[in-house]
Amino acid sequence: MHETTTPEGFRRDAPGVHPSLAYEGYKSTRLRHPKQPLVYLPQTVTELSGPQLGTERLTGELDHDLTRQHEGEPLGERIVVSGRILDGDGKPVRDTLVEIWQANAAGRYLHKHDQHPAPADPNFSGAGRCVTDAEGRYEFITIKPGAYPWGNHHNAWRPQHIHFSLLGQAFAQRLVTQMYFPGDPLFAYDAIFNSVRDPKARQRMVSSFNIEKTVPEWALAYDFDIVLRGPDSTPIEEER
Amino acid sequence: MSPLEVTPSQTVGPFFSIGLPWTEGPFVVGEDDPGAVIISGVVLDGEGAPIPDAMIETWQPDAHGAFGEHEGFRGFARASTDDTGRFAIRTVKPGSVPDPAGVPQAPHIDVSLLGRGLLNRVVTRIYFADEQSANAADPTLARIPADRRDTLLAAPTDDGYRFDIHLQGDGETVFFDV
Repeated sequence: MHETTTPEGFRRDAPGVHPSLAYEGYKSTRLRHPKQPLVYLPQTVTELSGPQLGTERLTGELDHDLTRQHEGEPLGERIVVSGRILDGDGKPVRDTLVEIWQANAAGRYLHKHDQHPAPADPNFSGAGRCVTDAEGRYEFITIKPGAYPWGNHHNAWRPQHIHFSLLGQAFAQRLVTQMYFPGDPLFAYDAIFNSVRDPKARQRMVSSFNIEKTVPEWALAYDFDIVLRGPDSTPIEEER
Repeated sequence: MSPLEVTPSQTVGPFFSIGLPWTEGPFVVGEDDPGAVIISGVVLDGEGAPIPDAMIETWQPDAHGAFGEHEGFRGFARASTDDTGRFAIRTVKPGSVPDPAGVPQAPHIDVSLLGRGLLNRVVTRIYFADEQSANAADPTLARIPADRRDTLLAAPTDDGYRFDIHLQGDGETVFFDV
């Protein structure tokens, strides 16, 4: 085990970094966003500590390889997705659990409520897990998920994406996001992607193609770094 | 070092159950733990309809106020709502821990709620209705208008506590900016 120092606080996110819970473009927010203002909570030891689920959630050596979880290989374009989990100071978030889930190559989730008439793939479950190393690095091997239609508005399609869940080192750092692929023509039309109103912030959800990490004759590769909130440099939080 | 900008949040969407929940996830403690209680409730939308595609995560210290996983205690639970919007976790009532100024806080459990229709998690706290004197002295509860405090109080039941979460509308639960 390594030593970790508990920060005295985490920097609160700047306005506009995250989507508004009330964003109207995503219809399902309508009855699900709180209308009362959030109450300021000083960060106490409960928020400055957090779970380390790594070993309990890893079930074997293939948790990170979504192409080898069944008898046969899944259909689709094999890809390596890797990167680092960093905090706002650029320091690696080490030994932290990274969980992903995604649709198959045809744009279908292995979920009883997914009604998209695209084929299921018996060789693809679409879920993976790994724990970051000392440099905050993670790596998954998977297939490129397909785009799929959804009922948000007429002819709505989700860009290809992989869901990422990060626990960080403290309750205050918890983040769930989605990784997109560069140059997707659906970006302009997607309510979830555009719920982040700052174009620069949106780009932080887009992975980059990396020829160096491709595996010749075998897989393409995408880089995706994720930044969680960093420690607050001001020791005493100010009331707002 | 200049700060890096954080990665934006996105919704977990309707299909997170293929990736996040697991069988043991709702259990902070084993069922033979002498202090084990079930905390259950429903998650409701602005029209009072149950939300079947949401998930809660909880984080707390043990009964003595100690944080961190140790034998028989994980501190963390993850539980999805079922088709009726209901979730349940098995845990122990946490001990008291201080706030940054050293003032004791009433026993509480931090909760993240995630789900379809939520572009970011929302955060609330479970307090316990049978801790009247501790609650009366709690610095966080003191920040909340008196007529909304009840939304954070879990009510005793036969096997533990009941804690419903109202995302919007009448009796909207208090959510925090952490």
